[in-house]
Amino acid sequence: MSLGGHYNYWIAILLMMIGLYPVIAKPNLIKKILGLSLFQTGIFLFYISVGKVFGGTAPIYFEPAGRDPAMYTNSIPTALILTGIVVSVSTTAVALAIAVSIKRAYGTVEMYDIENADRDDQE
Amino acid sequence: MSDFELINVILLFMITLVALAVVAVRNLLAAGMLMSIYSFLMALIWTNIDSIDVAFTEAAVGAGISTVLFIGALVHVGTEEKPLRPIHWPALLVTAATAVALLYGTVGMPRFGDVTSPANTSAVAAAYIEQNVEKSPDPAGHHTEAAAESHEGDYFHGHVPNFVTAVIVSYRGYDTMYETTVIFIAGLSMVLFLRMRKSGG
Amino acid sequence: MREQSILRVAAKMMTPFILVFGLYVVFHGDISPGGGFQGGVIIASGFILYGLVYGGADMRRVIPRWLSDALLALGVLLYAGTGTFCLLAGYRFLDYTALRPSSPGTGEVIGMTLVEYGVGFTVAMVMVTIYNEISEGTVPEDGGDGSATAEAPSSGAAAGRDAIRPGTAAPPSAA
Repeated sequence: MSLGGHYNYWIAILLMMIGLYPVIAKPNLIKKILGLSLFQTGIFLFYISVGKVFGGTAPIYFEPAGRDPAMYTNSIPTALILTGIVVSVSTTAVALAIAVSIKRAYGTVEMYDIENADRDDQE
Repeated sequence: MSDFELINVILLFMITLVALAVVAVRNLLAAGMLMSIYSFLMALIWTNIDSIDVAFTEAAVGAGISTVLFIGALVHVGTEEKPLRPIHWPALLVTAATAVALLYGTVGMPRFGDVTSPANTSAVAAAYIEQNVEKSPDPAGHHTEAAAESHEGDYFHGHVPNFVTAVIVSYRGYDTMYETTVIFIAGLSMVLFLRMRKSGG
Repeated sequence: MREQSILRVAAKMMTPFILVFGLYVVFHGDISPGGGFQGGVIIASGFILYGLVYGGADMRRVIPRWLSDALLALGVLLYAGTGTFCLLAGYRFLDYTALRPSSPGTGEVIGMTLVEYGVGFTVAMVMVTIYNEISEGTVPEDGGDGSATAEAPSSGAAAGRDAIRPGTAAPPSAA
């Protein structure tokens, strides 16, 4: 509309990239997991923005709108992303469990310290 | 600029700031708190976009359970990240290249909120609404059998006003079954990783 | 947090309302926004609130481990069982008309409701399990309930690393 038609997609991509940087660059495992969570919600925002219909309303049937698809926000991206959110929290839970296990075994969650400990063990 | 757009832009601006703060902050407890704020703002954005089931789930799961999970893990792991490292330039380069590629890909996309976009005019979306609505003449969900019989070869006879639940549970019931299995496996793996150690040692 | 009476009283008063609201969200999943996942998480947060304020031991007296494990599996079983029942009745897998062949619309709604219950059980118990496991051994409680992991496994550190390193095939040590 007045701001150009794609700004929602661009902000979603920006959020994805803000989340991707810690996954690659930060050595702390918890920061990596936080970055992964940011990345995932950025993807969800992108996907749901595709289904938005200006002038529409929530995808629950009500009388005045009838069965006109132009009156409802598209329900299919919503249904798919619902699954995605639940899978995302499952992944985060398992990743944090692994991080806690690593902490118990190595005493640290910094990636380079873990590599050094592994190298010392193998020598 | 309509009301929807104004709220949308303000919330998106706030959420970008919070996301940058999550990445930059060294104290992990503060990062967990900011992550909770991020989830809550995301739920508000989705309410504004009229995807209320997703907003409900994100508010409950992201701002609720995920925060408890992070803070619980932080008590085990320790709350300070190691001292500030310089910016990792190769990672920044990779991130920037990915961003450029993705932004180039959005140039051909339909405008945000377009009624005539392929996603919103496809036969699938219209068919879901048609089959749900035809058989639910009033919002309480009572329907007439005559309406159901007017659709030949249609295997969905339900009459639920909430389209999203109908899609998840009935049209895409397989996906939801395996999603339930996935979250069951996540709970199982928590038990396997963290419970056995206690009784073993 | 046991000594702070405002927290104790408020948590105890709010928990039944949270649980009832969670059940409402599960039951009304097909009429209003909501459904199995959202309602399950709300029910779990009622229990987790109780556990945060009163301690893990008290929460495990309300929901013992065996109960949360059993309900965890029961939810998935309910979902898959509904589908298998439809299969055995002669229809397709997860074709809910098998539940009431005389009126397919009602059968559909029955099937959707049963399935939502299954999803709600599983999600609620998974969240409670996650909270239980993550918060173990963190705050030493009065009775010393299971805080054996408070000491770092210094002597078994190398063995611990071998256990989680892939490919070394070392069984988890019981030391």
